Amino acid sequence: MNNDSINLKVGQCAATTYSVPVGPVHPALKEPIRFTFNLDGERIVGVDIKPGFAHRGIEYMGMRRNLIQALYLSERICGICSISHPLAFTQAVENAAGIEVPPRAQYIRTIIGELERVHSHLLWAGVGAHELGFDTLLHLTWNVREKSMDLLEELTGNRVDYAIPIFSGVRRDVPAEKAHLAYEALDYYKGLLQQMIDAFLHDKSVEMRTRNVGALSYDLAVDLCAVGPTARASGVKKDVRQDMPYLAYADMEVKAITPEDFGTEPHGDVYDNIIVRLLEVKQSIEIIEFCLENLPSGELMSIPKVPALLATLKKASGEGLGRHEAPRGEVIHYVRLEEGIEEPAVWKVKAPTYSNLMAWVPKFLGDEIADVPIIAASIDPCMCCMDRVHMVDTVGNETTRMKEELVRLSREKTRRICG
Amino acid sequence: MSATLLNAVWQGIIILVGGTFLGMVYKGLDRKLAAQMQGRIGPPLRQPFFDVVKLMVKENIVPDHAVAWLYNLMPLVSLAAVGTLLFYVPLGGFEPLLHGYGDLILVLYLLAVPSIAMVLGGFAAGSPFASVGAQRELVMMMAYEFPLAITLLSLGWYLSAAMPGVHVFSLSVLAANPLWGLVGPLGFIGLLLLFCALMIVTPAELAKIPFDIPEAETEIAGGILAEYSGRNMAMFYLADAIKMVVMGSLTVALFFPYGLSGLLGVAGAWGSVIDVIFYLVKVFVVIFFAVIVVRVAFARLKIGQAVRLFWLPITGISLLGMLLLTLDRIV
Repeated sequence: MNNDSINLKVGQCAATTYSVPVGPVHPALKEPIRFTFNLDGERIVGVDIKPGFAHRGIEYMGMRRNLIQALYLSERICGICSISHPLAFTQAVENAAGIEVPPRAQYIRTIIGELERVHSHLLWAGVGAHELGFDTLLHLTWNVREKSMDLLEELTGNRVDYAIPIFSGVRRDVPAEKAHLAYEALDYYKGLLQQMIDAFLHDKSVEMRTRNVGALSYDLAVDLCAVGPTARASGVKKDVRQDMPYLAYADMEVKAITPEDFGTEPHGDVYDNIIVRLLEVKQSIEIIEFCLENLPSGELMSIPKVPALLATLKKASGEGLGRHEAPRGEVIHYVRLEEGIEEPAVWKVKAPTYSNLMAWVPKFLGDEIADVPIIAASIDPCMCCMDRVHMVDTVGNETTRMKEELVRLSREKTRRICG
Repeated sequence: MSATLLNAVWQGIIILVGGTFLGMVYKGLDRKLAAQMQGRIGPPLRQPFFDVVKLMVKENIVPDHAVAWLYNLMPLVSLAAVGTLLFYVPLGGFEPLLHGYGDLILVLYLLAVPSIAMVLGGFAAGSPFASVGAQRELVMMMAYEFPLAITLLSLGWYLSAAMPGVHVFSLSVLAANPLWGLVGPLGFIGLLLLFCALMIVTPAELAKIPFDIPEAETEIAGGILAEYSGRNMAMFYLADAIKMVVMGSLTVALFFPYGLSGLLGVAGAWGSVIDVIFYLVKVFVVIFFAVIVVRVAFARLKIGQAVRLFWLPITGISLLGMLLLTLDRIV
């Protein structure tokens, strides 16, 4: 029903419009993707989205390496969610091989995962401010973000690519003598949070540029299967940490954050996206605090020796699904292991941006060309996470496959895999 | 006769070079101070000079779809117009070089020329981003020209009513007879309102945040300037720098033409030096509050929001200012 209404809007004005390409290289975009906008004056009446410029074939590479080498690759799917992908991947493999993870390791994974959410959301807020032409807010926000990067470096040794999760546990401990650094950083953020909320949500010029811009209704968010903050900004109470608790989240009550927590009706617009992400920073700080206080003692890995781990994984067979609420939404890794081979027989990654891609269309329609950068940024897209396929023939011509053909192809593939 | 002409030519060259230099210094200050306010280190003060030198040696690319002669001509037109403006605006407390040959109305028209040149250059570039930017620039001009005109004309009208017989639209006469001393309380409020209107028009005239809508880097990739490079870009860059000095000097001449030399009792050459320094400080203060602070404190507006802002509140403020000045004269 909703798809029809969108198509109708595009068709109505097609005769009088002109089209403006945005991307694959454009200052509004941090990663390559191509939008072709049909404009009626400054108003957007149609949009065509073409992803596929950052496809690197990581799944294919992973299926030709042993699982521990593939873990390194999973960490490099995305530079910002560099813990989310390994978290989902390790859970998928552990589910497939039936490996237990010690409680302390689960808590440490949670701490690093939530720290990543803090820095990712602040990064997004800064990018959003820049897209609005508000560079002051960008510089101040990124300055604040550095504290979480420093803490991550202190705890893991790296600013990005933390190399913390490994099958059966974590590779490094959060020692007691470093806990005070974490508390210090958390206090720093608690003190600054109200200032951030004032700077973003109580600023007239930010409100003018974001209220009722890129709105996504509750129904459309559900129909288009939006995930993460994009869905929650529309009032959909959807959060993997709440719906299917995993890791340390099972020990606490995580509630999906919607604009209602800020005391406003959800519109699903950019303003609501800011609300949700800023409040989630607060939520993450609380989760990290809980984890630090209740950090269980015990071992870090249930199979501490890597050769033994590899041998266990080689013997394992079965399939597993790993889900994690990444900063951008639900990330899913599917893995199938076969006995006797070290490589994953199948590795499938579904990044949150893939689920949010279709939400862009109703968000763009009816808004102005001036809103393009902030709406594009509002779902916090990550093209390199998402790009799964790019079809070219031997001479380099691109082809596009439509839905029916893709359904047919995937059914064929399923039959082939299932034998 | 030829000696006077030669003298004028020399003065003209000094004004052009000095005005450009000043504009570049203010541009450097603008970038440095804005950076400091944003928690950055910022570029060195000399950066605008480096930028121009670099642009001058860079390749001057003309897009395939561009109307080449129009595209190449417009940066020149823009630079020539702001250069001419330097001869009509009182700089450093001195009378403008061409005083008596043109007045405030001419300044108003000359101020519009760089914008029109950018619009034509944008359309001539043949790129969709430049076209969108050019359309936006046209709309912006329609939005801010009205309050600007009301402000300047009200001041001239008041002077004509207060001092019959003088050449009221001459900037040197306006600068010599500051209105603050002539008006009553109603007129004082009116003048304040007109001053506010001019301060808000200034960033729009200079296309700075929140009114850099025609250039909007993140939206339309530099808009009007998207296709410009090399020498052409350098000319627009210089024109922008000079326009900043012109707008600052115009505000100073209309509202703060006072000098310090009389107050301190210093006459002669030292008096002039003190006045020039005081003038530079005044222009800086105007630029600081009208451009630097504003561009740090706000997000970019959308074109519809900017037009609404100028047509309703700002035009309202300037009309109210005009009304109060009129009442002050009549009552």
